[in-house]
Formats: sequence, structure tokens, C-alpha cells
Amino acid sequence: MKEIRIHGRGGQGSVTAAELLAVAAFEDGKFSQAFPAFGVERRGAPVMAFVRLDEKPIRLRSQIYEPDYVIVQDATLVDVVDVARGTKPDGFILINTEKSPEHFKMVTKATIKTLDATKLAMDFIGKPIVNTTLIGAFAGVSGIIRPESIKNAVMERFPGKVGEKNAAAIQAAYDMMEAQR
Amino acid sequence: MRHRMVVVEGSYAVAHAVKVCKPNVISAYPITPQTHIVEDLSQFAADGEMNCEYMNVESEFSAISALIGASAAGARTYTSTTSQGLALMHEALFNASGMRLPIVMTVVNRALSAPINIWNDQQDSISQRDTGWIQLYAEDVQESADMTPQLYKIAEDEDILLPAMACMDGFILSHVYEPVILLEQSLTDEFLPDYSPEFVLDPKNPMSFGAFADPSTYTEFRYKQEKAMGVALKRIEEVAIEFSEKYGRYYGGLLDGYMLEDAEIVIMAMGSVIGTIKDTIDMLRKEGERVGLLKVRSFRPFPADEIRKALKNAKVVITLDKNISVGKNEGALCTEVKACMYNNRDVLAPVIGFMLGHGGRDIPISTIVKMINKAKLVEKGIFIESEFADLREDLA
Repeated sequence: MKEIRIHGRGGQGSVTAAELLAVAAFEDGKFSQAFPAFGVERRGAPVMAFVRLDEKPIRLRSQIYEPDYVIVQDATLVDVVDVARGTKPDGFILINTEKSPEHFKMVTKATIKTLDATKLAMDFIGKPIVNTTLIGAFAGVSGIIRPESIKNAVMERFPGKVGEKNAAAIQAAYDMMEAQR
Repeated sequence: MRHRMVVVEGSYAVAHAVKVCKPNVISAYPITPQTHIVEDLSQFAADGEMNCEYMNVESEFSAISALIGASAAGARTYTSTTSQGLALMHEALFNASGMRLPIVMTVVNRALSAPINIWNDQQDSISQRDTGWIQLYAEDVQESADMTPQLYKIAEDEDILLPAMACMDGFILSHVYEPVILLEQSLTDEFLPDYSPEFVLDPKNPMSFGAFADPSTYTEFRYKQEKAMGVALKRIEEVAIEFSEKYGRYYGGLLDGYMLEDAEIVIMAMGSVIGTIKDTIDMLRKEGERVGLLKVRSFRPFPADEIRKALKNAKVVITLDKNISVGKNEGALCTEVKACMYNNRDVLAPVIGFMLGHGGRDIPISTIVKMINKAKLVEKGIFIESEFADLREDLA
């Protein structure tokens, strides 16, 4: 089983990102589970969402304490929330930032990966909404979900032009991170 | 099976299940975390996907009251609520059961105020234990959805005619996205017969529901409700089997065992914690521990005989409760399990009650393991009657 924790701020679509990952992974033949960290959601407040992926049906219902992968939608969260908590040596923390991984001095054995998802989202979508771009990047870094499945999930959720723009951002983020793998 | 599955939110799966049961009247008031179910249903109704009267009302008391009228007039009825909303319905819940109206309600389990808390526990439905409603508890999203047609079939049985609650843990099941099979309309049409009650409110043939009963007759009304619950005990099992024959899915009827056969320590629980317990048991079984699970699906009617049979080989029984009777220092399942053993010598195992998961406190595998380790102390003569399993020492 692979476990993913997504950190974001209220309004950034962390829960949506988790749901889309679950839909995409299922299309890829995995079983999946996505759920929010049930907070009292307020715009801008730190929020979390969780995803589990497995080859067999998932029964576990607790929150995720030792994630294989962490996605951080807003780099300013690193100073506020312990995004590295429970991370594993063979895992990674993917941060949306224009800075390089060396910039982040956090206590973790996991690999830190960075990507300027905001810029990609502005270029392709025209809005600083980074959740879809980041899950494309996640697919690129992890290699555990096909980018086509993510694009399909996103285009099903956001039909028409919006979906197509998001799909382009996903592919660009995927290519960028896949090249580094 | 897999190719028929879709990844949807738990609330959507339940709303869809309600839709294929074709209720005539839905009345509800939105409240977290039930909101998505009634939003989806009102959308279905507005889009013409349901041929149903959807009533927006100003409170939960009105929601249940409207359904009491509609059900008495012969309609198949549905509502959903949680926590304070269910508490507000309390008075009318007795009317629904006393008038023998087979209303089906999804309770999206949530803690009660004060302090205000929107997260999951089961204090809300447990507090309605004695209102005369059938109560089943679901383990996952699929079961939460599948319970809906099952409960209509049970509730509307002419030998039962009791209202029923499908209880699903708030957020944990209502807001999770996971793969499910959305209930097929054609199968549901075959599985669930139309509701055609013998007695209905009809201006052409006037009769009274919930009329005055003085001391010469009131007792027999209660007696007959109890008899109907006895019929429900059998029907819940039968309907679960009929459902599995039609849809290919089975979650147990009244109870369901997991690794129970040779288990020395048996955990009893209700709701979404079941999955986490199963994973814990798999882990401990690999280490040679003889641990098993007895899932309680039906809390009302309470399957006392079946529980005694299932616990025959147990050395220690652990009960998990996401509720507390303050002043008794234990949860309802603990109390009931102990009570069903007292006048009977089939089961001699001690029962240890643990209360946990209140107000949304997470239940990780480590909490389950901790309780099992405490149960092992019984062999050494250290016995815990009942306690909180997940207290924060720094606040306690």
C-alpha cells in the first residue's frame, strides 16, 4: 500500500487533488481511497487530504501518519506545518516553489523535490490553481500513476476547455518531473 | 466486479442508492456531515431524475413530521440527518415507530454538543436506541449504500412495519472517495417490491393513526412493536441473503465474524472501525495471536442469541464504543453485550469495554493493539471493567 498526504491551504483544492488521484489510480487498476483531514475548512487555513493506493481493496480507515509521499501546494506551509512528519527514507516530499530542494532544511530522510507549479498553472491554465499541475508532477516523480489516467480524471471532472488546459499543465509537469526521475 | 465500480464520494453512493429505491417523498434539513447526501438528492429531484416530492423544511423536527404524514398516506419516505438534527427529531421518532411507519433514514453519525463538534462518533444514534427504530451500522461506503434497499425491504414487511436507521460514520464514510458499485435500477426494481400498505390515510376511507390509547390498550401497542422487532431479527438475516443472491454482496445479517472460529480474544464493534480492526487482526495473526472480530451490524433489534453463539469459544471479549453513558462509565454495546450473557451460562468470557473515537478522535491500528494487549492482562488476573482507550494523558 502507498500512502499520500497532501498539504494545502483552504481553497487550493487539496481535497479535489486527493479525489482525482483516487479516480486516476483506480483507472490504472489499483484500489484507492481519498479523504480529507476533516477540519473546519476556512479559506487560507492549513488543510490536509489523504490518499491510499493498493493492489487489493482498502479497509484501513485511520488517518495517515507515515506517508510514502507528501505533496505541498504552498511552500509557506513548510514554516507553519511539519510537512515532513512521519516521512520514509525511500519516499519524497514534493513542494510547489520556485526554489531548489536544497533551500528546504527540514528533518527528513525523504527526498525533497520541487517544482514551480504556480508558474506552470499560470502558463497553461491562466490561474494560480496548482492542484492539478501538482498531481501531474506527482505522477512524474513517483511513476505509480499514468499521466493519461490523471488527465482523464481531470477532464471528466472539468469538462471542456478548462479540462483541456488543466490536462496540458498536467502533461508539462509530468514531463518535467519524469525527466528527473 | 471491478469493471462495474466507480470512485465516488460516500454521500453520492448513498444518495444514488436512495434514488433507485424510488421514494415518493423526501424531506430533510441540511446539517454537517449529512449535507452532501441531501444536496445530491435535491439535485436528482430538480433534474427530474427522481419522480419524488422533495420537501425543504425549516428544521429536522419538520422533516420527520412531514414524513410521518406522508408515510401514513402510503408513501415510501426518506430522510437523513445527524447529531443535533437527530436529537431534535427525538420526540417524533417515537411517533413514527408507534404508528408503525416504515420510514428509512440515513444517520450520518456525529458527536453531540456541548462542546460543539462536527466530527464522528455514534452518540447521536445510540441516544435514540429506545425510540423503536431498527438500527444497522455500516462498515464501508458500499454497505452504507446497499443498506438502503435492504432496510426498505425489512421495514416495509407487513409483519414488521417499523422505521429504520442506516447508520454510517460521518466524514469517515460520508466524505471518503472509494470504489463502489452504484446500485443498478433494474436489480433494485427486482429486489425491492412496491410499498403498498394495508392501512393508509385516505379521505375516502377515513381512519386514525396514532390515536388515543388508554391503560387498557397502550401496553399491547408496545408489545406488538417488540414482536415486530423479533420478526425483524429473522428478516434482517434473510434480506441480507436475498441481497447477496441478487447483487453478489454480503456483509453479514445481524452479525459478521472475521477470524472468529479459533479466536481467544474477540473484538466487538460497529461501523467504519471494522476495516481498521480487520487489518489489525491480519497483522497480529501473522505473529500467531488468536484474535478475531465480531462485527455488530444490527444494534436494534439486538441479536442476543446470535451473539452468545458467536462468542462460545471466546476467552476474552472486547467491546468498542464510540459513545458513553455518562454516569455508567461505559458505552452501549458494552452494556448490552454484558447484559445478554448474564442469565446464560453459554459464555463465561469476561467483557472489557473500551470507549474511543469520540468527537472524531482518530482510531489508528496502534489503539486497537493497545486494547488487545490490555485484554491479555486478564489471564494474569488484571481486569479492566471499562475505560477510555484513547485518552490524552496531558488533558486528562
